[in-house]
Amino acid sequence: MYEFEFTRPASVAEAVAALSTEDAQALGGGQTLIPTLKQRLAMPTTLVSLSGVAEMQGIRLEGDGPLVIGGAVTHAQVASGAGAYPALAALAGQIGDPAVRNRGTIGGSLANNDPAACYPAAALGSGATIVTNIRELAADDYFQGMFTTALEEGEIVVAVKFPIPDAANYQKFVQPASRFAMVGVFVARFADGVRVAVTGASEEGVFRWAEAEAALTANFTPDAISTLTVDADGMIGDIHGTKAYRAHLVNVMTRRAVSASA
Amino acid sequence: MPKDIDAKESGIGAASKRREDIRFLSGTGNYTDDINLNGQAYVHFLRSDVAHGRITSIETAAAAAMPGVLRVFTGADFEGVGSIPCGWQVTDRFGEVMQEPAHPVLAQGKVRHVGDPIAAVVAETAEAARDAAEAIELDIEELPAVVDMKAALAEGAPKVHDDLTSNLCYDWGFVEENKAAVDAAFDAAAHVTSLELVNNRLVANPMEPRVAVGDFNRATGDSTLYTTSQNPHVIRLLMGAFVLGIPEHKLRVVAPDVGGGFGSKIFHYAEEAFCTFAAKALNRAVKWTSSRSEAFMSDAHGRDHVTKIELALDADNNFTALRTDTLANMGAYLSTFAPSVPTWLHGTLMAGNYKTPLIYVNVKAVFTNTVPVDAYRGAGRPEATFQLERVIDKAALELGVDPIALRRQNFITEFPYATPVAVEYDTGDYVATMDKLEEIADIAGFAARRAESERAGKLRGLGVNCYIEACGIAPSNLVGQLGARAGLYESATVRVNATGGIVVMTGSHSHGQGHETSFPQVIASMIGIDEDMVEIEHGDTNNAPMGMGTYGSRSLAVGGSAMVRATEKIIAKAKKIAAHLMEAADADIELKDGQFSVAGTDKSVAWGDVTLAAYVPHNYPLEEIEPGLEETAFYDPANFTYPSGAYACEVEVDPETGKVSIERFAAADDFGNIVNPMIVDGQVHGGIGQGIGQALLEGCVYDENGQLLSASFMDYAMPRADDVPFYAVDHSCQTPCTHNPLGVKGCGEAGAIGSPPAVVNAVVNALRSAGKDVTHIDMPLSPARVWAAMQG
Ligand SMILES: Cc1cc2nc3c(=O)[nH]c(=O)nc-3n(C[C@H](O)[C@H](O)[C@H](O)COP(=O)(O)OP(=O)(O)OC[C@H]3O[C@@H](n4cnc5c(N)ncnc54)[C@H](O)[C@@H]3O)c2cc1C
Repeated sequence: MYEFEFTRPASVAEAVAALSTEDAQALGGGQTLIPTLKQRLAMPTTLVSLSGVAEMQGIRLEGDGPLVIGGAVTHAQVASGAGAYPALAALAGQIGDPAVRNRGTIGGSLANNDPAACYPAAALGSGATIVTNIRELAADDYFQGMFTTALEEGEIVVAVKFPIPDAANYQKFVQPASRFAMVGVFVARFADGVRVAVTGASEEGVFRWAEAEAALTANFTPDAISTLTVDADGMIGDIHGTKAYRAHLVNVMTRRAVSASA
Repeated sequence: MPKDIDAKESGIGAASKRREDIRFLSGTGNYTDDINLNGQAYVHFLRSDVAHGRITSIETAAAAAMPGVLRVFTGADFEGVGSIPCGWQVTDRFGEVMQEPAHPVLAQGKVRHVGDPIAAVVAETAEAARDAAEAIELDIEELPAVVDMKAALAEGAPKVHDDLTSNLCYDWGFVEENKAAVDAAFDAAAHVTSLELVNNRLVANPMEPRVAVGDFNRATGDSTLYTTSQNPHVIRLLMGAFVLGIPEHKLRVVAPDVGGGFGSKIFHYAEEAFCTFAAKALNRAVKWTSSRSEAFMSDAHGRDHVTKIELALDADNNFTALRTDTLANMGAYLSTFAPSVPTWLHGTLMAGNYKTPLIYVNVKAVFTNTVPVDAYRGAGRPEATFQLERVIDKAALELGVDPIALRRQNFITEFPYATPVAVEYDTGDYVATMDKLEEIADIAGFAARRAESERAGKLRGLGVNCYIEACGIAPSNLVGQLGARAGLYESATVRVNATGGIVVMTGSHSHGQGHETSFPQVIASMIGIDEDMVEIEHGDTNNAPMGMGTYGSRSLAVGGSAMVRATEKIIAKAKKIAAHLMEAADADIELKDGQFSVAGTDKSVAWGDVTLAAYVPHNYPLEEIEPGLEETAFYDPANFTYPSGAYACEVEVDPETGKVSIERFAAADDFGNIVNPMIVDGQVHGGIGQGIGQALLEGCVYDENGQLLSASFMDYAMPRADDVPFYAVDHSCQTPCTHNPLGVKGCGEAGAIGSPPAVVNAVVNALRSAGKDVTHIDMPLSPARVWAAMQG
């Protein structure tokens, strides 16, 4: 890696200030950023660690929901501490390996918005709200394609608010090498309808599968979507699977998520 | 646990715990990267990011001026230096020797694969070297790359090496004289089964990446290389004699603890020569530690064959002839043993376990703009086994017969057996290993298990295959005729100390196999002393006699035999000393349980009394024998050894996603005599793990421009613990090798050789159970490929 300065502020205000210097970059758990630095693909002047920011810690349930998770909360903490939202806890428990889960954070994952990451499916599928240091963003507005979000330069994901659905499940079909999601589908059933978010599959990053949502809102059974398909055209095709295969998996994983949550 | 484990407490046959594991598992090993010399500098290699190109300019002044930089080297610094040599010269079907391109330490004018080293920066720190490497101004005129082997052989294809006539390294036919008879047998066949398949390119990925530390002593003029090697003597010879021109007595090569190799650490690599050369040029120790990314593009890869195989059968389903056509990828340069792998380690095994009377193997080795390909666990034998065992399964399908019965019907049953592909199997019992397999795999219970899987919505398949391999590599005079530029004997010096402890210096070198445990078991049994009294030293050319190292499952069969021979000399001399001490005749002395006694009397002296007398020769036959007790033996095997076995795999396939899970795996091996059954189990487990990796997960993929797509663990899938099942491993079928003193055959590669066809056979079987007309799927059988095969 190239040389950089390191700071570990204690509050959001300090973190924001530290990030305002040129080429400063936020550091969450470093599970994406550190490998990037090691490969010399990024050259920040200062790394601003968010791990010591008090306001970004902890998981707290506000009444019957939402479940509010601090932006610096690790995957392992969500896996063990988000009992109020079992589908979310289960998703966090399937990310990477123990070392990744002990370091990686929800804020880092959502900020990075890797097209194969798991949390984006949960946030979009739950209709979560991304709380930053300056505003609150609906998940529907937050994700803007592969590795792209609504975050401005220096903006920090301080917390994520998850409404708790009546039933939900995440099905992850892993890419054989990285074990990120080759296709991951998050299904959440709320009183006013079903949301289906798909990660891993699309060239546009995480997306909502509107036809499936409509069909499942009418009839929350796997059969309701057995003949629905997503267009293979916009899907990712690579050495691990063709576009057609990913399109096929979207349907399979959605049906399995419905079965598992029904 | 197999029943033979713990049957004995010590010596040959005991499941002694691996003593080296204490340091490996507690972080106290001494690996090459743990070696840090006084005043050590660090090198960073600037590597090509294009597959094929001409270097039009290289400007190093800015880099050389960077802080901490000692010197920037380019190809120009190596103009007077030798080419990285190839250790095997194959002669083609027309009697011509193979095309053999030069392989410079640093690129000379042209780059030929992504990762080809172009320049090297030596600096005070690794980071400074890397910073400076980024400041090298390099212009490369990109040339069209050849990646696909067929395309590389096409008329007018871009040439990897301008000075060669084409990209064809050799066109090898074996046995050429049999070709017409084989063709005639095909014309006369009642049935012919043919199959086209790919043996996928693999990256060995040992846990420890390669490291080299070069050192130079200005006072003595001696060079030392510390390196991650399976065979330090071979490196000393190749690098000293062919590349740098340093005689053996001025060059020491040390390979300390080695964290896995699987073949990839046999070969002499440019980085080793560079560090040794630069240490002298700079009068500083120079260290290189490969990153995992560099390993992907600079360690020799394995396999990468494209084959068409045809099997001819008569009306009674007897195999009458076999014919194969293979393209074998050499990559951009000839790595140390590369030419031998698709030829002598592959063609000679095509008879497998079967009495097919006529065989013809054609192999065209091809240069491409990819990383060099060389031996990887099994080396040639997995490629032979895979195609043979796949075509037999396909024949069984076409003929509607049971695949096990078809194999049994064609088994070789009489030994010794001379195959039509030039080798003679000394012993084996393929019926016994198949019987054992059917028992431990519970083949009879498969139908019930399949029904249960079906109830759970899964397709269950069973795949069975046999394998034979040639190990204990190899008789020197024979391999010399076949083109080896080295002998393949092994050596051992047994040094007995005054108080009876023993140090064995052996030319074979463990890179994980457990020699430090199993070799002492042999000596302890021979003398009747405790294993703990014997210590193994290996890996340092200054201690061990010239040896050829560890690969080809040769260490115990060849190195162990050398150790036995040296120990026999020790015992013979010790008996003379004992005879003197007891005033008896040499011939009357017996050695048992560490005691020398005079036959028919109650006179005895202990091992320690005799060894002490050897070094404190007060009462000693000095006029007849020298004092001291140290002997060296070199052992050259009379033949290869032929481990064999039968493997069974049961899979479940998820019909919706194509995901394969291995539910059961059984291996019945015949390794001849067993010295340490636990170590043998471990070797088989690891080998099967790698075979499952090849079958289901691992695939090294280049795009059409020669860019490595599977360049990290993000895209190259290594098997993990949850990809493999618990194995049923048995090695109770033992037909000892007839020509080495231990009767051992070698077990290091069997698992990797025998397992891929079992997996593929099982998946094909599973899909067919659902009525899918699938006869073959190319490895790795990723979910996507299996699903695609099911779509028809
Ligand atoms: C081996 C391995 C396997 C993995 N497997 C999976 C998997 O299966 N599924 C999965 O979803 N992910 C997986 N990951 C990724 C992992 O979840 C990462 O932790 C995550 O993507 C990034 O989170 P982080 O906290 O480590 O962020 P970092 O790496 O520290 O940062 C990532 C990016 O986000 C920015 N950032 C960090 N925190 C914030 C914040 N609070 N606000 C604004 N910007 C911020 C950083 O500046 C940087 O640009 C894996 C990673 C590894 C190494």
